[in-house]
Amino acid sequence: MSEGIDEGLRRELQRQGVWVTSMQELYNWGRKNSIWPLQFGLACCAIEMIATAASRYDIARFGGEIFRPSPRQADLMIVAGTVTKKMAPQIVRLYNQMPDPKYVISMGACAISGGPFKQGYNVLKGIDRYIPVDVYIPGCPPRPEALLHAFMELQRKIDSQKLSGADKAEFLKPEQPSEFPVPAFGEHDLQPPANPDVYHPPKLERV
Amino acid sequence: METLEQIKNRAQLAARGARIEIVVNPGPSQQSSLLIDNEYAVAVAKFLRDDPALRLDFCSNATGVDWLDRKIKKTVKVKTVVDGVEKEIDQTTEEAVSGYLEAVYHLYSMTLKHGPLIIRMRTANRTDGARLPSLTPIWRSAELQEREIFDLYGIHFEGHPDLRRILMWDEFVDHPMRKDYREPDDYEWEPTPHDDVLEKAKQHYTPRPQLDGAENIVAGGDSLNG
Ligand code: SF4
Repeated sequence: MSEGIDEGLRRELQRQGVWVTSMQELYNWGRKNSIWPLQFGLACCAIEMIATAASRYDIARFGGEIFRPSPRQADLMIVAGTVTKKMAPQIVRLYNQMPDPKYVISMGACAISGGPFKQGYNVLKGIDRYIPVDVYIPGCPPRPEALLHAFMELQRKIDSQKLSGADKAEFLKPEQPSEFPVPAFGEHDLQPPANPDVYHPPKLERV
Repeated sequence: METLEQIKNRAQLAARGARIEIVVNPGPSQQSSLLIDNEYAVAVAKFLRDDPALRLDFCSNATGVDWLDRKIKKTVKVKTVVDGVEKEIDQTTEEAVSGYLEAVYHLYSMTLKHGPLIIRMRTANRTDGARLPSLTPIWRSAELQEREIFDLYGIHFEGHPDLRRILMWDEFVDHPMRKDYREPDDYEWEPTPHDDVLEKAKQHYTPRPQLDGAENIVAGGDSLNG
C-alpha cells in the first residue's frame, strides 16, 4: 500500500479516474506478475511443474510462464525434484549466476529434506543446506495446485517487500550475500556437508 | 534353448580348459546360472554369442553381488552305532567361505528369441583381487553397466574401454553398494527416527541417560529459526 496517502481518499480519487500509487507499489506489482522461472527439472516433481506450465493449470495466469533456459534471465529457481549430491554444486552455481532479486521454491519432499531417499548416501538432505529457500511445498509430488499456491505465496512475499527504510528487502542490503559457496566433491561426502551460514537444523532433545 | 547342462558341456568343449559350474537356484524362479572361470570368460562369452544354436546376442543386464565372509552350515545324515544299535543321526558341519564379489550377466537372443541365460564371474577376494575380465568387447551393452558395477562394487574390469565412475563423482573413494559401506553421518535432523537410524541419530541428541529407552523426541524451541 502506498504510504502517506489516506486509503479512503485514494479510493475516491480512483473512482474519479485518478490513480495514485507509489513507486514501491508499481515496482512490486510489475515484479510479482512477471516472475521468470529457471527452466530445469530434477526428478518426478519436475513432471508436475511441467503440468503446471501447460494449458490445464496454466501458470501464465500468474505471469510465470516464461521459463528461461539461462540463469542470467531468471528470477525464480523452482528446485523440482531430488537433488543428488553430484548435482548439488551445479544447483548452487546456477543460483549464484542468477541476478538479484532472486527467489527459490523448494518443491517436494526431496528438495526439502531428501524425501524418500533421506537415509541414502547419494541424495542431498534438502537444498536449504546451501541456499536460502523462500517457499517450501510439501508433497511427493505436490500437485500443480500446490505449486500454484506456492507461486501465489511468493507473489504475496514480493508484494510486501519494502524498497527503502530499515526493514527493506534483503536483496537491497549490500551486506547481504547473494552468492553462496559452491560445495566441493569430497572423498565421502560434499565438502562442507552444509553451509553453516544458511542451514540451521533444529536442535533435537530427548524428553 | 538347451538345458544348462548341455550348454555347459558344449561351452567346455568350445573353450578348451574352461571350468564351468552350475550354480543352482532352488527358489521359485528356478533361474540357475553358469559360473564361468575368469581366465576363459571371454572365450566362453564369445561361444555363447556366436554359437548358431544359442546366438545370445543381447546382454540385457549386468549387475554385481557382494558376498561377505560367511559360514555355510551343512547337515548330513551319518550312520553310527550307539549301544550296539545302528542309528542314523544328523551331523552339522560348518564351512568358512571367504568373501568375494560377483558380476552377473543376463543374456538373451534377439535372433532366436530365447533366454535368459545367466552367467556369473567371481573375483578372488574383496580387496586387491577384485578384478574380472570385461565382457564389453563381446556385448557392447555391458559397457555402462560394468562402469556402474565398478563404481558401486569396486570390481575392476580388465579390457574395458573406458572404466570410470558413472554415478558417483570421480573424487569419491568408497563403493556404496558393498555391504560393509558406511554412509556419511548427516543425522543431525531426523524428525521420525527409528531402528538403525535412531541409533545413529542419538549421537546428535543431548544425552539423557536416565531416560534411555523413552524416545520421545522434540525440536528444541530456540534453534528452529536459527
Ligand atoms: S518428492 Fe517425490 S515426486 Fe518429488 S522428486 Fe522426490 S520422489 Fe519424486
